[in-house]
Amino acid sequence: MTTLTLAKALNAGLRRSLAGDDKVVLMGEDIGTLGGVFRVTDGLKAEFGANRVVDTPLSEAGIVGTAVGLAYRGFRPVVEIQFDGFIYPGFDQIVAQVAKLHYRSRGNVRMPITIRVPFGGGIGAAEHHSESPEAYFAHTAGLRVVACSNPADAYVMIQQAIASDDPVLFFEPKRRYHVKGEVDETASVADARPMGVATTITNGTDVTLVTYGALVQTARDAAIAAAEDGVSIEVIDLRSLAPVDYATVEASVRRTGRLVVTHEAGQQGGVGAEIAASITERCFEFLEAAPVRVTGHDIPYPPAKLERHHLPDLDRILDGVDRVLGRPNSLSGVEA
Amino acid sequence: MTPSDRDATGLLTRPDDFVQLVSPTGERRANADFDAWITDIDAAALGRLYRDMAIVRRLDTEATALQRQGELGLWPPLAGQEAAQIGSARALRDDDFAFSSYREHAVAWCRGVEPAELLTVWRGTASSGWNPFDRGMAVPQIIIGAQALHATGWAMGAAWEGSDAAAVAYFGDGATSEGDVNEALVFAASFDAPVVFFCQNNQWAISEPVGLQSKQHLARRADGFGMPGIRVDGNDVLAVLAATRIALDRARRGDGPTFIEAVTYRMGPHTTADDPKRYRTDDELADWRARDPLTRVLALLEASGVDVAGFERDVAAEADVAATELRAAVTTIPDPAPLSVFDHVYAEPNSHVDRQRDHYTRYLALFDDPDAAASGAAEGAAR
Ligand SMILES: Cc1ncc(C[n+]2csc(CCOP(=O)(O)OP(=O)(O)O)c2C)c(N)n1
Repeated sequence: MTTLTLAKALNAGLRRSLAGDDKVVLMGEDIGTLGGVFRVTDGLKAEFGANRVVDTPLSEAGIVGTAVGLAYRGFRPVVEIQFDGFIYPGFDQIVAQVAKLHYRSRGNVRMPITIRVPFGGGIGAAEHHSESPEAYFAHTAGLRVVACSNPADAYVMIQQAIASDDPVLFFEPKRRYHVKGEVDETASVADARPMGVATTITNGTDVTLVTYGALVQTARDAAIAAAEDGVSIEVIDLRSLAPVDYATVEASVRRTGRLVVTHEAGQQGGVGAEIAASITERCFEFLEAAPVRVTGHDIPYPPAKLERHHLPDLDRILDGVDRVLGRPNSLSGVEA
Repeated sequence: MTPSDRDATGLLTRPDDFVQLVSPTGERRANADFDAWITDIDAAALGRLYRDMAIVRRLDTEATALQRQGELGLWPPLAGQEAAQIGSARALRDDDFAFSSYREHAVAWCRGVEPAELLTVWRGTASSGWNPFDRGMAVPQIIIGAQALHATGWAMGAAWEGSDAAAVAYFGDGATSEGDVNEALVFAASFDAPVVFFCQNNQWAISEPVGLQSKQHLARRADGFGMPGIRVDGNDVLAVLAATRIALDRARRGDGPTFIEAVTYRMGPHTTADDPKRYRTDDELADWRARDPLTRVLALLEASGVDVAGFERDVAAEADVAATELRAAVTTIPDPAPLSVFDHVYAEPNSHVDRQRDHYTRYLALFDDPDAAASGAAEGAAR
């Protein structure tokens, strides 16, 4: 076991994938000499050369579109989108091309492309640097969407994503890049928990709290705080947003009878909406209360000084927990 | 060195094959095509251009210091690019419209933007600092290259209305790789739009040298899109002024777009979050320091008989005052009210946002924050 930050764990995972398969190439803006603006690719160009770790011109459509061509040629491109808000110039290539080529070619063309996206807020950044665009991609058939939340998962999941024959949107919680954790760099990735399977972070009996990415830590803190108050929360780190591991979520909700989903992204049409609807369909008779979403507001990401009023924090999550428990809460006395 | 390494830096050290009216040591270089456009720039006017450059440089230094002191969240310094920005922006008329990215503080200065207006965004209190229609300058753009299309659309509209106003789109060398910039060039050429594409080739896109974006001088691309390209010394305020006037004149006459490549250098980091030591050398920096846009103007003024020492002192004093005002402005920028996060999401009433605002108001009230709760309720009631 080694202690690594989440960013360094990704770096180690990328290094192992580059070393293990010479068809793996990294592409992106500033990922070479600079090592990426978050240093996730630090040192990899020096180690593997400029044809394996490629600084690209400033064009997200260009980066993703050429990755499509490289995939046609048998490569496994791993592209970095510098910040969440810059994915949109590449959006067309991702949703219209990467997502659909396997289907359109009747399975003849594989798109084993990993698209790494540092996502989410809470770092006091400028506009377009704090977004959570995952729902756009979860909505698109043909894409797998995952989000890591800790160094150990980051290390394994990035390798699994690269090894996947499907395109993977790989969301990295930038607010947690510098958080450290134990990583087993010798563990076999093949034996590890598949990236499509959720993890139960804390066991609980009263409420199932589902989340992913940076909010996993916040949800864990909320569970600890709630326990002091006599409320037992089961926190699930979803890890995969498309497809969702409903087996894990459903089994939990059947036991607790209550579901709260929390994410930084806005509520409307978000991942939380999908999970709330699916769980309601799948185990309505087990629910003691309507599922509750605790999310970012449906507003453009606000200026840095206001982001704490946008992002779900421990208190807002606990308020959501109070709602499913029917305890006094922010909506008490209001017709829903 | 691998082939891609070599290619990536190829354009960085090419000879100075651009239009230059004032050499780095301050000699006036005659140029038949360009001189005619700056006959009005006597010593007094040149002094005013110097004053602009010196003040924005001082404001830039102050803002960088404010960021280091935690008063600003981030700052993208413009140092080195003063001549490119002042020379171009001083060519504009009030009814022209500038579309910029995040580093054009000197353009904002020329458009009359106040320090507090400039700094709100970088302090993190607002998403934009000024009303574009008061200043003739759009909300600055972080998405690389997007503004080139906006400038083109504005220009198309101006032409359709029979106006002779023009738009100018500011962007960097890196931006020329984005689809948006290339699509803007297509539209502008197709519609003869009165727009000036003003590319500040400051040699670097964060860590990526210009040679990674282009195999030839950026100005040469213009030809392929069907418009003239001008390559000027971007550290020469007179050359930039003349080039921009030429381009604006073409636009006003209905002759369509022009692409200007101003060859300059970003002396500082990309932003205060960047460490340029990782990707460029001290030698390179020293080389460009010798081409400073300000010192050559002083040398030229001196040659024309101005008491440069006194003038420089006066301007420095004035710049200090501006810097003090900037510092004072930062601390007086109020923190926004919590519930303002819901303002202006839509122009018309929106039941979904109203409901979320209402909910968040109640949520804040749980914390006995009467101010927030009261203002939220009032705003909600007004709907
Ligand atoms: C669409 C998009 N992709 C990536 C970025 C991240 N980014 C911000 S500035 C920058 C470099 C821009 O270089 P250039 O266009 O030369 O302008 P300069 O900063 O040098 O003025 C990059 C890659 C962004 N803001 N927008």
